[in-house]
Amino acid sequence: MHELAVTESMLEIALRHAQSARAQRITALYLVIGQLSSIVDDSVQFYWDIISQHTIAEGACLHFKRIPVELSCLDCHHQHSPSNSDFICPACGSLRQKVVSGEEFYLEAIDIEGEEPAMDA
Amino acid sequence: MNQRVTIVENILSANDRLAAQNRLLLDQAGIFSLNFMASPGAGKTSLIERTLQAIADQLGIAVIDGDIATSLDADRAAAAGARAVQINTGGECHLDAVMLKDALDRIDLEGIDLLIVENVGNLVCPASFQLGTHKSVLIASIPEGDDKPYKYPGMYRGVDALVINKIDLLPYVPFNMDYFRSGVEVLNPGLKTFPLSCHTGEGLQSWLAWVIHEIEARRNQ
Repeated sequence: MHELAVTESMLEIALRHAQSARAQRITALYLVIGQLSSIVDDSVQFYWDIISQHTIAEGACLHFKRIPVELSCLDCHHQHSPSNSDFICPACGSLRQKVVSGEEFYLEAIDIEGEEPAMDA
Repeated sequence: MNQRVTIVENILSANDRLAAQNRLLLDQAGIFSLNFMASPGAGKTSLIERTLQAIADQLGIAVIDGDIATSLDADRAAAAGARAVQINTGGECHLDAVMLKDALDRIDLEGIDLLIVENVGNLVCPASFQLGTHKSVLIASIPEGDDKPYKYPGMYRGVDALVINKIDLLPYVPFNMDYFRSGVEVLNPGLKTFPLSCHTGEGLQSWLAWVIHEIEARRNQ
C-alpha cells in the first residue's frame, strides 16, 4: 500500500499552511476520506507518528472523517447508498451507477497554536 | 492563541500538479501517452512488444518501464524497437508523477508519437497516482480469474480502456466471461474493451486500430 507517500503529502500540506498562518505548533489534522479510497487509517497513523517527529506537527492528533458511498443510477436517476459492494439500483435494478460521493481524499483543516493572531488571507 | 485553519486541499495535490505539468510537456511535444496498469504477469510487456512489432516501423514509440528492480522489461521494449527507459522504484508499489517527470527528462522526445508507460504490476496503488498520461489502460488476463473487478474496484473504475489478455487460455481455465463483464459494467459503464491474446495474436487488430486512432485524433486537435 502507498500510505507512506500519502502521509508525507499530508505533512507537507499541513506544514505549508501552518507556516503561512505563522503557527508554532500543529495540534490536529482533519482528514476526509471516502469509503472508496483505499486508505487504511491505522497505517497512516503509523507513518504519521514516525515522519512528524522533529516537526511542528509532532504529536498532532489525526481525525479521520469517513464519507459513505453515494450512487446515482444512470438509468432512472435514483440516488442511493449501497448497503454492500453490489452496485445495483434498488429502484430499477440497473447496474449502471455513477459514484456521487465516496472517493474524497483531502485535508479539510488543521488546528494550530501560535503566539499572535494569524493574518487574514 | 489557538485556531482552526480551513484548508480543503487534496492530499495528493502535489502529485496532481506535477501530473498536469507532465501532460503539458507531452501535449507540447505532440505525443499521445498511455499508462499500462495490471497485476504482475498479466502481459503488460507482451502487449508492448506486440504493439511495437506492429507499428514501430510507422511511428516513433517510447516506453518508460516501472519496476521495483531490474531493467528486464525496458530491455525487452528496446529490443522490440522502442526508445526505452527504466525506472526502478526501489520498493515503491506504483509510479508517481515525479518518477515520470524524471524519466521524461532522460528520454529524447524528438520524433516520438506514442509514449507507453508501464506501471508497477499492482492492482491497487497505481490507481491513486495520476501521472499525466492521456489514457489509462488496464490489462486483465484470463488466468487471474473472473472476480478481479469485484476485488479491485478502484482500478477498474478509473481506466479508459480494458484489455483482456490470454483469451487463448479460455478453454483450459474456469473463467466466466459474463460474470467478469458485468462486474466491469457496474464499475465503468460502456468501458472500451479489447479481448485478445498476445500469444496467438487473436484480437490484436482492434487494439492496434484504437491506439492508432487515438494518436491521430490527438495529432488533429
